Amino acid sequence: MNGVEVFARRAGMIIIPFVFLALVWQALSLVMPPYTFPPIPDIASRTASILVDWTQFSDVLATVARILAGLTGAFVFGALLASFMVRLPAIDQLLSPVLSFFQGIPALSWVVFAIIWFQGTETRIFFIMVVTTLPAFTFQVVDALRGMQKDLIEMVQSFRPSRWKMLKVMVLPAIFPEILTSWKVNLGNSSRVVVVAELVGATDGIGYQLMQQQQLFDMAGAIAWTMQIVFFVIVVQQIIALIEASALGYRAISERAL
Amino acid sequence: MTAHTQVRNVEIRFDRVTKVFSRDNRSYSEDFRAVDDISLDIHSGDIVALLGKTGCGKSTMFNMIAGLIDPTEGKVQVAGRDPFREFDSFRGKIAVVFQNDRLLPWRTAIDNVELGLEMLDVPKQKRHEVAQHWLTKLGLAGHEHDYPYALSGGMRQRVSIARAFATDANLLLCDEPFSALDEMTGQRLREEFANLVRENKKTAVFITHSIAEALQLGDRIVVLKKPAKIAYETRLSPDTSPEEKERIRERIREVLAG
Repeated sequence: MNGVEVFARRAGMIIIPFVFLALVWQALSLVMPPYTFPPIPDIASRTASILVDWTQFSDVLATVARILAGLTGAFVFGALLASFMVRLPAIDQLLSPVLSFFQGIPALSWVVFAIIWFQGTETRIFFIMVVTTLPAFTFQVVDALRGMQKDLIEMVQSFRPSRWKMLKVMVLPAIFPEILTSWKVNLGNSSRVVVVAELVGATDGIGYQLMQQQQLFDMAGAIAWTMQIVFFVIVVQQIIALIEASALGYRAISERAL
Repeated sequence: MTAHTQVRNVEIRFDRVTKVFSRDNRSYSEDFRAVDDISLDIHSGDIVALLGKTGCGKSTMFNMIAGLIDPTEGKVQVAGRDPFREFDSFRGKIAVVFQNDRLLPWRTAIDNVELGLEMLDVPKQKRHEVAQHWLTKLGLAGHEHDYPYALSGGMRQRVSIARAFATDANLLLCDEPFSALDEMTGQRLREEFANLVRENKKTAVFITHSIAEALQLGDRIVVLKKPAKIAYETRLSPDTSPEEKERIRERIREVLAG
């Protein structure tokens, strides 16, 4: 099988389930009222209209910006906490149970807390995004730091590096694969949380638009707006996959699959 | 020889050194005397083999020379200074070859060789030239841009030897660097390594549990025996006859067995 055939086969395996889903939906749309199962062409046209109409697309960008800001904030803060937890056992003992406790709090509860504690919409959403993804980022960076190979650390230390050089040549490259994984995992979580956060109090964004569609009983619109966030997650996942392929090419690849 | 000249020529000095690992350290159930009142001078240009069975204290002595641990009693000096307390001042002056290659998997062969030079802030072009020189000298021309996973065990150990020589450190510390290799590769690398040390007028201390390796590499053999004492010491020269070497081999066997 040549490369084109392999590509076509893989693309087919990805597309076929969605074609099947669309066919089932279209069949249902023929027998059900349009406000419950709108026809596929309606959904497609609404989805496309969001992408080409700036006033609507700006809502998508607002949500994307909130996700990225929240993830960045949580990652930076989480990485700082993780470095303290790894260096200082007392901090680890103090923070680990607190972060585990935070992980058990539903995103919707954080939305309520944010509304009570903060005034501005953006502040509320940023807080919710950070606090819901912070524990996972922190634990993942802690695990990555603890998982660094001790013999490699000793080897680098034998050259007596400065703190900055140690970080540059050893720590960052060693934990980079885990950091990419943590972004992939948290990206999915945050895309769900941001919509919940925007449902309450925001005047723009995908969550706000979903609320509008619900009030109008517009199923085609609700799906079209949902598709925007799905597209965003797929695009960012692909970007991360490209970074992985380029930056982690040093890993040995076995010809025999696991 | 004046007292002053004598001090200048001593590269490493152990002055009544004792190292006790406290049971407070979680690794030990009771206090453990790893090195017991050892005095030893190693002169510039010497190739010294610290020979002994597992647990005889040779790794502890090695780590004290490298400045990674501090003696409990007595004084360790390298070039007249304390390698533990003046750790950073030995940057570029001590290089270590480990038992396994300890190459950074995310760096190519040449980038691994450049590691020590990066710590010394050598400009990129210069460190590239130096690394290329050592890789070529060790028979790795053409493999500069290979990642460690693509190299054989022998090639990887050659890269790690190139990495140690690249910094032009006065003192080379080797922790059983050839023990993980097959007999043929180990034998060939030992010869190349000894030639490089003599050619470049380095002082080398290597720890080993192999009598054959000590006899092949060392100008001087120091046999350590539990409880961490020097049990036997001898010097070799290029003129040492095979018969004399055989006599020394037998003597070392007796000391280690006795």
